[in-house]
Amino acid sequence: MKFAYYPGCSLETSGKEYDLSTRAVSKHLGIELTEVPDWSCCGATAGHSTSHLLALALPARNLALAEETGLDVTAPCAACYQRLALACHELNQNPQLREKVNEITGRPFHGKIKVISILEVISSVGLEQIRAQVVKPLKGLKIAAYYGCLLVRPRAIQIDDPENPQIIEQIMQAAGADTVDWPHKTECCGASLAVSNEEVAIPMVSRILKAAAFSGANCLVCACPLCHFNLDMRQLKVNRLRGTNYHLPVFYFTQLLGVAMGLNPQDLSLHTHFVDTGQVLKLVG
Amino acid sequence: METIRLNESEDRDFIERVSRESGQAVENCYQCGKCTAGCPVAFAYDLMPHQVMRMIQMGLKEEVLRCQSIWLCASCVTCTVRCPRKIDVAMVMDTLRIMARRKGMVPPGRGRNVAVFNNNFLGSIQKYGRLFEFATMAMFNLKTGQPFREANTGLTMLRRGKLKLSVTKPRGLEEINRIFEKVRQAEKEV
Ligand code: SF4
Ligand code: SF4
Repeated sequence: MKFAYYPGCSLETSGKEYDLSTRAVSKHLGIELTEVPDWSCCGATAGHSTSHLLALALPARNLALAEETGLDVTAPCAACYQRLALACHELNQNPQLREKVNEITGRPFHGKIKVISILEVISSVGLEQIRAQVVKPLKGLKIAAYYGCLLVRPRAIQIDDPENPQIIEQIMQAAGADTVDWPHKTECCGASLAVSNEEVAIPMVSRILKAAAFSGANCLVCACPLCHFNLDMRQLKVNRLRGTNYHLPVFYFTQLLGVAMGLNPQDLSLHTHFVDTGQVLKLVG
Repeated sequence: METIRLNESEDRDFIERVSRESGQAVENCYQCGKCTAGCPVAFAYDLMPHQVMRMIQMGLKEEVLRCQSIWLCASCVTCTVRCPRKIDVAMVMDTLRIMARRKGMVPPGRGRNVAVFNNNFLGSIQKYGRLFEFATMAMFNLKTGQPFREANTGLTMLRRGKLKLSVTKPRGLEEINRIFEKVRQAEKEV
């Protein structure tokens, strides 16, 4: 299996664990990733909050570059996935608009490739295949799978059910973990409000942590660098500001998959998170 | 909330313009309130999503465009997937933000920081082609008058190799600049 790979800006910095572990796990599973040459930012929320045309043109440039590789493109970051997939969808629906956007980017996108989330890429290997690769089953982990907003909404590009998605649970169960049923798996973490208006985001993060803890989870698993940052880094703040005492390590699903497949911890960057992961990882042995 | 005097502030074209720009049939909203019930940020809003919809229907342009809610909306799209009238409420929120910005309206209250954040973010893309997290955060802190906000977090990230003090620029920087310019031009023409 071969895909063009769009890392996106956060995976170079605050979300580097996601980048490293995605590359390591993909390699191990025989998925070949070719980084989109000369990729630029997808525009994220700032783009679509500012201009509809800009919100199409910024991803369109990257779609065109990906298309030059002749491969379908995957983006691990949920925000990048949503922006690329939505732009791809809209440009395919509306050839006139595509022409206009192509004129703006100067790099024609022909709509010949698909945008696929890394969750879909990895689960397309097959759960049996994944199970066969597990050397260290994730015993002892009780995972609250957290999807956030961007992977499951809106309808045109959602990778799973918007209210009760299962794809992360399936992958984690194949890796030998227990997953909990809980109500907040697609509840928004506040996204960039955490930067611009932290006092609005803190209660949002806090509600998610509370639900996860109440359901008996001992860790959270996500597939988005922004969700990760909000739940991991801001967990300490939630504890400080609200007098709570949550200790829920937050992993990328690729990190835990890598652990289960016995990959080198160095390649998974397991110890660069804010909430210490050591205790929970000890359970895996 | 203040009392609204309808005959003074109505703008009959407003619903049409919002509908056209968002591609949404705003007139279909029948005020069930499901959007508001599921909105994770509603607790911080000044106008609830269903009120925004109703006020668009009533042509209360000024009131809608100067609310904080349109800036605080986190674009989680929950309202959209749940709306029984199939209105993309999140898209309407986007459209209102864009309209308010185009009119040069200063976002009120908490909306201001959102606008500062968005501008910095886009500024970074235009300048570097990618988001330069460190510089964008530092700039945000300066512009909002809190230079040392999250300084400890930044240090921890730096030590763990999660914050870079430079950014890898794509070669196609000029291309990206041109995209910004051309979008600006195209929007002037409409
Ligand atoms: S959910 Fe839809 S129909 Fe119901 S109030 Fe909101 S916008 Fe109107
Ligand atoms: S998209 Fe905005 S208005 Fe709709 S539910 Fe999410 S935060 Fe609320």
